Amino acid sequence: MPDKITISINGTEIKTEEGKSILSVCKENDIHIPVMCHFPGLTDVGACRLCLCEVKGYNKLLPACTTLVAENMEIQTHTEKLKEYRRVIVEMFFSERNHMCSICVANTNCELQDMATEVGMQHVRFPFLNQECAVDASHPKYVIDHNRCIMCTRCVRVCSEVEGAHNWDVKNRGYNARVISDFDQPWGESETCTSCGKCLNVCPTGALWAKGSVQGKLDKFPEKITDLIEKRGIH
Amino acid sequence: MNTNELKELSEKIVEEGKAFKKKVCVCCGAGCLSSGSEAVLESMKQTIKDKGLESTVQVIPSGCMGPCNQGPLVKILPEETIYEKLDGDAVEALVDDHIVKDTPQEDKLLFSEYRDKPFVDSREDPFFKRQKRIVLENCGRINPESIEDYIGVNGYQALAYALHRSSPEHIIGEIKLSRLRGRGGAGYPTGFKWETVYRHVADQKYVVCNADEGDPGAFMDRSILEGDPHRVLEGMILAGYAIGATQGYAYIRGEYPAAIKRFEEALKQARKKGFLGRSIMGSDFSFDVEIRIGAGAFVCGEETALLASIEGKRGTPRPRPPYPAESGLWGKPTLINNVETFANIAPIVISGGTAFGEVGTPKSAGTKVFALAGKVQISGLIEVPMGTNLRDIIFEIGGGIPGGHKFKAAQTGGPSGGCIPEQHLDHPVDYESLQELGSIMGSGGLIVMDETSDMVDVARYFMEFCVDESCGKCIPCRVGTKQMFDLLTKIYEGRATDIDLATLEQLAHVVKDTSLCGLGMSAPNPLLSTLRFFKEDYIQHLKDSALANV
Amino acid sequence: MKKKIATVWLAGCSGCHMSLLDMDERILDVLAVADIVKSPIVDGKKLPEVDVTVVEGAVGADEHIEEIKHIRKQSKVLVSLGDCAINGNISAMRNFYTVQDALERSYADSDTNDAPQIPGCEDILTLDKKVVPLHDIVKVDYYIPGCPPTGDMIFYVLNEILNDRVPDLQKEGGLKNG
Repeated sequence: MPDKITISINGTEIKTEEGKSILSVCKENDIHIPVMCHFPGLTDVGACRLCLCEVKGYNKLLPACTTLVAENMEIQTHTEKLKEYRRVIVEMFFSERNHMCSICVANTNCELQDMATEVGMQHVRFPFLNQECAVDASHPKYVIDHNRCIMCTRCVRVCSEVEGAHNWDVKNRGYNARVISDFDQPWGESETCTSCGKCLNVCPTGALWAKGSVQGKLDKFPEKITDLIEKRGIH
Repeated sequence: MNTNELKELSEKIVEEGKAFKKKVCVCCGAGCLSSGSEAVLESMKQTIKDKGLESTVQVIPSGCMGPCNQGPLVKILPEETIYEKLDGDAVEALVDDHIVKDTPQEDKLLFSEYRDKPFVDSREDPFFKRQKRIVLENCGRINPESIEDYIGVNGYQALAYALHRSSPEHIIGEIKLSRLRGRGGAGYPTGFKWETVYRHVADQKYVVCNADEGDPGAFMDRSILEGDPHRVLEGMILAGYAIGATQGYAYIRGEYPAAIKRFEEALKQARKKGFLGRSIMGSDFSFDVEIRIGAGAFVCGEETALLASIEGKRGTPRPRPPYPAESGLWGKPTLINNVETFANIAPIVISGGTAFGEVGTPKSAGTKVFALAGKVQISGLIEVPMGTNLRDIIFEIGGGIPGGHKFKAAQTGGPSGGCIPEQHLDHPVDYESLQELGSIMGSGGLIVMDETSDMVDVARYFMEFCVDESCGKCIPCRVGTKQMFDLLTKIYEGRATDIDLATLEQLAHVVKDTSLCGLGMSAPNPLLSTLRFFKEDYIQHLKDSALANV
Repeated sequence: MKKKIATVWLAGCSGCHMSLLDMDERILDVLAVADIVKSPIVDGKKLPEVDVTVVEGAVGADEHIEEIKHIRKQSKVLVSLGDCAINGNISAMRNFYTVQDALERSYADSDTNDAPQIPGCEDILTLDKKVVPLHDIVKVDYYIPGCPPTGDMIFYVLNEILNDRVPDLQKEGGLKNG
């Protein structure tokens, strides 16, 4: 049995157990923390920085997804500073590639779009980087549109951790980083892809979708993947 | 080899050395090598042979002596005379004058162009006088490719002492007493780190040496590895003994071929002599070290990215905690220290922690190696006690600003550091004071700038470096550095407004506070510190753009 | 005194102005407190001093830059209407290519062109290298997102501004009204 501990979140005392992440304790207590790279059941990487929290005694902000709770921890999840930072981060996401909602399959069914609404982003103050990104439609059933990719690497992780295929990985550095199939080959030529479609369902944006999807009519079933992970007892 | 055999060997080597009247060290550090010191070494060996001096004059290739832009350098012991800018043709006359006739060649003495009367005993020159050499003690005096040379200067005595007359707890105690702090930049107390790894119970632990020195203008670790590889190795073995590890890795960047070659050679020699491998020096302690070569990513100097790279994965950092001391290589407790930190270990074990702690300041003990570069008369590798002020380093050791120019800023800590203006030059250099000034100690790069430098351009240069080197894992560093670089370019090119400057400042704080690893967290430092101390440079650019827009 | 409103159309498709008309009879409520003094659907005279200007479309040519700077000078409140004004949107899709490539694709290489000819004369706009949102050039006070925004949203924002209140888009559903 893990030890029972008491922590405080936004001033409210909460009894919980050691070994849990701040994020999972928040979820259990209906405290909403914005996340982008986190996906229930997959290894957390702490890349999107949206779940950063203030923890008393730490001079750095800590990601709720990878930080474990400890006795007497005092956590703040929604200070004015954090809210401002989250908005700036979402603006950075939008400025990085082409995230024009009006011509996106995921319009109205997109976690990035929801996030912009949640953090109150009305416009992007930073210049758009207008990066040239490819659309790879070589796969018989699916498409990857790098313009919409936010490098959350959920697809990389679900492919490696749940499907066990490891078709996806990441190449290059900095803002030139891209998700790749096998050794940077067209998706359609992948020797590892099983065409299972798990990556499509965990993708938070319109970067991965099945052929035949039209603007604003994309269906995604992330809960199916979570269900699968739970039933298989991965992690 | 056991303790007695080591002692005998050491005495024998010292005795043999006495047979030579003189020892000629030809610098074969990367700086001197690239200015042609190999030819000097060959010519020196040939000349000594031709003149029949082989039995009285010993010629060795050595590591870095310090004043790198004066090379190729040759040091003659025991009189400590250094000659500069030699080539193969100059060697014969030098041998004739200095060794045969015993009259130093004045015009070839070190710093002859800067000093009215250059010093025959280099130790009296201001460049060396203010320095204190602990880490670089053997650099430039022994042959880095000879384990015998190292043993002749008390090499592996610390290991022998630790294995046979001490205990891991005692060694850790001494390191704690010394108050040594990590030389990689952050300055975490080394003793506490060792103790943490020591306390974690695990079937396997690792020691990792971080030699992925990547700051532009920094070459401390390279010089140490090239000049005294056994010292670093001995530090690693001692660490392995203290924390209970059996395997070590040295992660050396691929751009340092000479360092890799010499460290590899050191490993072979140490294995042969029984300092590495099974049952080291007859004890029941076994430890071995492997080299891993970095493939050119700056971010792999960040400890968690470095560990990922050793594991064969993509070199990207992961959030801490858990720290490597708890969960490092392959999830096992791992001690990771920088080259210079390991080079400090043997002297601490030999002279004791208290004695080591007497050098430096109360909070930062010992010495620090700096790579002095930029607009300074004498650049090169220096080692000074912690707490020495920047003014002494730049004006006394470095000889001031050349060309009649005025000092403007000293940049420490490379792309993670900041620019320090004239009014703060008298601050003693240690971890805390540099942090207060918005810079960091970093690994030891120190770049001097004069009034011709535009600080917006300087900030832009370092930002460009971070844009290139960001691994792309977390959004603030991946996009934030690029946006900051674009805004800096806009300001630099005179197209910006006050709003751009405000956006830039806000962005800098967001990237600093929200990035995943040290690279992103410190990437805004050059920008923020120039904004703090040299805002007039930014204002000037904004004024220029306002004029252009009228 | 009645307030003055202007609506302007830059690099956009006019869809936002269609949406403006989707306010339907509520436009009478607007006209009760304000006069529309300039609009593509009214006439084309030079913009006088106004209280509120609503701008559709992005900035994609030198003429647009001059115009938006003039608009800013003349207007107490400037509203970015729709995604093109806010982030470039479709108009900015040509930012990924050179102007020449974009023109060739549209006028020369397109399958539906039987007499390929890239138009070019003094009277039509010269395209800038990049299409940028309004706030890249001037300060913008309010943003009405959407492609196009709904008539409801436009009415809500106009009504709040005209009655000296601050519109709260977050409350009204924010960006999610594509």
